Amino acid sequence: MPDTVIQASNLSLTYGSADGAVQALSGIDLAIERGEFVSLIGPSGCGKTTLLRVIADLETATSGSITVNGVSPHEARLKRSYGYVFQAPALYPWRTIAGNVGLPLEIMGHSREDRRERVAKNLALVNLEGFERKFPWQLSGGMQQRASIARALSFDPDLLLMDEPFGALDEIVRDKLNEQLLRLWDLTRKTVVFVTHSIPEAVFLSTRIVVMSPRPGRIHEIIPCDFPRDRTLDIRETPEFLAIANRVRQGLREGHSYD
Amino acid sequence: MSARRGLSGFWTGHLGPILAVCVAIVALWYAGAVWMNADLQRSAFDNAGQKSWTTGELVAGTLAQERPRLPAPHQVAQELWKTVVDTAPSSKRSLVYHAGVTLSATLLGFLFGAGLGVGLAVLIVHVRSLERSLMPWIIASQTIPIIALAPMIVIILNQLDVTGIVPKAAIAAYLSFFPVTVGMVKGLRSPDPLQLDLLRTYSASQAQTFWSLRLPASVPFLFASLKVGVAASLVGTVVAELTQSADGGFGARLLAGSYYGQTIQIWAAIFAAAFCACALIAAVALADRVVARRMGYAR
Ligand SMILES: Nc1ncnc2c1ncn2[C@@H]1O[C@H](COP(=O)(O)OP(=O)(O)O)[C@@H](O)[C@H]1O
Ligand SMILES: [Mg+2]
Repeated sequence: MPDTVIQASNLSLTYGSADGAVQALSGIDLAIERGEFVSLIGPSGCGKTTLLRVIADLETATSGSITVNGVSPHEARLKRSYGYVFQAPALYPWRTIAGNVGLPLEIMGHSREDRRERVAKNLALVNLEGFERKFPWQLSGGMQQRASIARALSFDPDLLLMDEPFGALDEIVRDKLNEQLLRLWDLTRKTVVFVTHSIPEAVFLSTRIVVMSPRPGRIHEIIPCDFPRDRTLDIRETPEFLAIANRVRQGLREGHSYD
Repeated sequence: MSARRGLSGFWTGHLGPILAVCVAIVALWYAGAVWMNADLQRSAFDNAGQKSWTTGELVAGTLAQERPRLPAPHQVAQELWKTVVDTAPSSKRSLVYHAGVTLSATLLGFLFGAGLGVGLAVLIVHVRSLERSLMPWIIASQTIPIIALAPMIVIILNQLDVTGIVPKAAIAAYLSFFPVTVGMVKGLRSPDPLQLDLLRTYSASQAQTFWSLRLPASVPFLFASLKVGVAASLVGTVVAELTQSADGGFGARLLAGSYYGQTIQIWAAIFAAAFCACALIAAVALADRVVARRMGYAR
């Protein structure tokens, strides 16, 4: 496996719609190495979701090139190289929580025994033991989103694409899930591409922060952010943390005042 | 206090309004029967040589005729009692017997119609070109006045030696497949883009997408259209029985009733058919509830 997981150069994407074209991405150059935790941050409409969807082969770039694990996003998707966590939980209402978490395993043909083991393991990972037989509507929004994370982890992909997974959650749950996600990343050495609105979240989680700006969506600045892998929430009070957070805030402001 | 709450509960619940409407309908019906049968009754008095009569006698007479223009509710009820309870179900005079004839053709037709409807919907959703080539024909098929066409179809089938239950079931199927096709197409297309994207990220096949997403998502739509379809099946069967009346069935009862001016028999058959339609819809609704509960939709 190549060490560069994602390699995008001069990537652009224009959505054609009835009332004119929208340039969602313009000249994106980005390389992400194995084991990195890269956050995409920027105001609404700057193309964060679009970039993630191009990586996942849910959209096709209009121009430029991109590889995922050294092959095209399409081939990477066929090889089931990534787990995708959407902004909304997107659980199927007619499946129990266990059924939802086991859905990718069913599609990928895992045995019943293996499915049960992996479902139990990943539900435990997101603190949802005992909810196997509940239906989605019986869970709070935060629990549903955790179930959707367990679903993305269930088949153990090396690459995780997460689109504002904690956006709808309250601060306390968010902190807790941030710590859990960080521990998971440290433990499993997965590569994570993480979309967020929150500066502290980005600084706390990332090895690099990609600051994007809108109209057209492009990369404004890439800020390295190297805290020890086993950091805890306490680092948020350190001057180093606040310095990086300030740089990110500065970058977002510059990106915004462009137009 | 509790009596008052009981009374208000009566009016706010389902039962109160339904009963009120029923009472109003029955009252109107009686009034209509008196009004429509009055001149028949006057000539009956004339023929019997009775020169004068009281209003009471007139009203009583209009509600007790043998072949009234509009039978009174209690006459229809008596006929229903006589032909459902007092007559052995094996007799051709029993409405239970005729219900059996009609329902068997209805259910057979419904089964085929629903199967055809689901099959067409699956094809339309999965083969893009079929939507444009099939859909116009499916819609055209429903613009043909089936009441006019059914006798012809039944006669042609009879001449081809296709007799018995099949011609009637064919009309029933013809009427029921359409709502099922339309409902099922809508249901199979009901998953939102996010739910479809999710399966794409697993690179699920089209068959896997069908079984794990499209089909379960379509279930509520399927049952809604099955309710329409089963009622349409019953109508189709009754229409076919008007032509192919030798086997019996509600349609045959209607036809025989109109031959001999047996209005009471006609009304009894209409009510029995309506009751059967309600029972069929209720059965589909029950199946709907059971499935919804098993699928976790019930709250
Ligand atoms: N399917 C689509 N069709 C047309 N325009 C779209 C579509 N999806 C997103 N856009 C537009 O592309 C731009 C970037 O959107 P998005 O990637 O969702 O931004 P973000 O996730 O950063 O908020 C926005 O202007 C949005 O309106
Ligand atoms: Mg977004």
